[in-house]
Amino acid sequence: MPDSLNPTAAAAASTMGQPVRFRGGGFTVKRHPWAALAAFAVLIALWEGASRLGLASPLFLPPPSAVAHALSGMVTDGSLWLNLKASLGRIAVGWVLGTAGGMLVGFAMGIFSTARAVGVPLVSAFFPIPKIALLPLFILWFGIGEPSKFATIGFGVFFPTVIATYSAIDSVPRNLIRMAQSFGLPWRSILRSIVLPGALPGILAGFRITASIALILVVAAEMIGAEYGIGAFVLMAGNLMQTDTLLAGVLVLSLLGLAIGTVLSQLERRLLNWR
Amino acid sequence: MRLLVSDLTHRYDDLTVLDGIDLTLAEGEILAVIGPSGCGKSTLLGIAGGIVAPTSGSIRVEGEVPDGCLNPITFIFQDFALLPWRTVEDNVALVLEHHPLSSAERRERIDSGLRRMGLWEFRKALPKQLSGGMRQRVGIARALAVRPAMLLLDEPLSALDAQTRELLMDDFLELWRREKTTALYVTHNLDEALRLADRVCVLSRRPGRIRELVTIEEPRERRQEPSAQAHLAEVRDRLWHLMKAEAQMADREIARA
Repeated sequence: MPDSLNPTAAAAASTMGQPVRFRGGGFTVKRHPWAALAAFAVLIALWEGASRLGLASPLFLPPPSAVAHALSGMVTDGSLWLNLKASLGRIAVGWVLGTAGGMLVGFAMGIFSTARAVGVPLVSAFFPIPKIALLPLFILWFGIGEPSKFATIGFGVFFPTVIATYSAIDSVPRNLIRMAQSFGLPWRSILRSIVLPGALPGILAGFRITASIALILVVAAEMIGAEYGIGAFVLMAGNLMQTDTLLAGVLVLSLLGLAIGTVLSQLERRLLNWR
Repeated sequence: MRLLVSDLTHRYDDLTVLDGIDLTLAEGEILAVIGPSGCGKSTLLGIAGGIVAPTSGSIRVEGEVPDGCLNPITFIFQDFALLPWRTVEDNVALVLEHHPLSSAERRERIDSGLRRMGLWEFRKALPKQLSGGMRQRVGIARALAVRPAMLLLDEPLSALDAQTRELLMDDFLELWRREKTTALYVTHNLDEALRLADRVCVLSRRPGRIRELVTIEEPRERRQEPSAQAHLAEVRDRLWHLMKAEAQMADREIARA
């Protein structure tokens, strides 16, 4: 104890007692709102600087300014909207088909034990297949056009939706269902007033996963065979060694993913405000 | 409404939880059921309310259902069982939704329950915004909305702190002063039984059998008065004596299992 070296301090401490030292209040997360923005700015500045100083070849790693220029070119010549429209349309149709089918089957599996007994092994068998591997088959079945892409995305979205939906139904508190039964609520009301809203958080969490699956699959499918679409656009730019345009396409995909995530967050905040 | 339980036995697989229960609940009577954990108290209540199917034996109700009663046998739950996504008033409205009522009557049933439980200003609140005591009051308002003939209360105060428990006991006393609703009140809290019940049924450890039925002679309204304390202390001692031995043995059996 350093205090013992100082007799007056030691005497004071013995009469006044020791102050209780603050030992920490558990780990608390502090918010640094500007840190993320600063990190982005630094990263982009370093990248731009490296390019300007000739440390990176502009052909293989074009500077952010070139990517921005390519992006503005896409906006002015209309290719951004043309390709984005094609991709968004495929995501929308494929996702809606897969989600509708997946929720239907997921609800059946969540509610009826026979459906579950049949469904669980089937879902487990099909779920791990990388769905893009089925695209060639879908092309044979539905042709090279849109339907084969809808099918790939729909199929990819279907299985995670099934799993999310039936596990969400499993997580609906059983005591609420018993309560409703004890008040004589008919089965249909229990489904509508308790099972459906109770399963909503799990279903929405599933949407987050399936939205990103849809984004991956649309790009992959467009790279295999499409005239328009962000995936086709990125592939084409790569073939032409237009790396700035290529990265502009990738940037669009990243922004698209971000936008979908934001929409889903808003939806969750709106629908799950009771949590 | 009367409840008649005869030779009721219930097993979960190999585990017998209730064994040969014979019990009669008179019209307007409040019967507390106490016993150690795992003695089948809640199962008995579930069977009485038709949400657990008994293995053998019979459970019947007799008597007239009062006017306007929509759900003669109505539960009040330990965990409140409120829908977290519905406001207070919509939680009460839930149990009326499948009944053909005029909108005026529906409104009246919801509002009178909310007002009686002091929830009127919280009617638009979500359960997460309420304290435990307020949540259970929503559970009571919901039960009142169907004008029950018999209440089944499954440890309704066990999830609440001591002060809130006192306040809600007063609410229950007020409720039973105004309405002579028959009630089966499951608890492991002797004080609740002594404050609220006409008779106390002590169950043995698992498999639950009736150890004893104790009548509390003092009328409910007078139990807070000094003159009642001697009798209540006597009943309390007797109940605790019965319960203690069962609880100790139940504890040992659980430890061995």
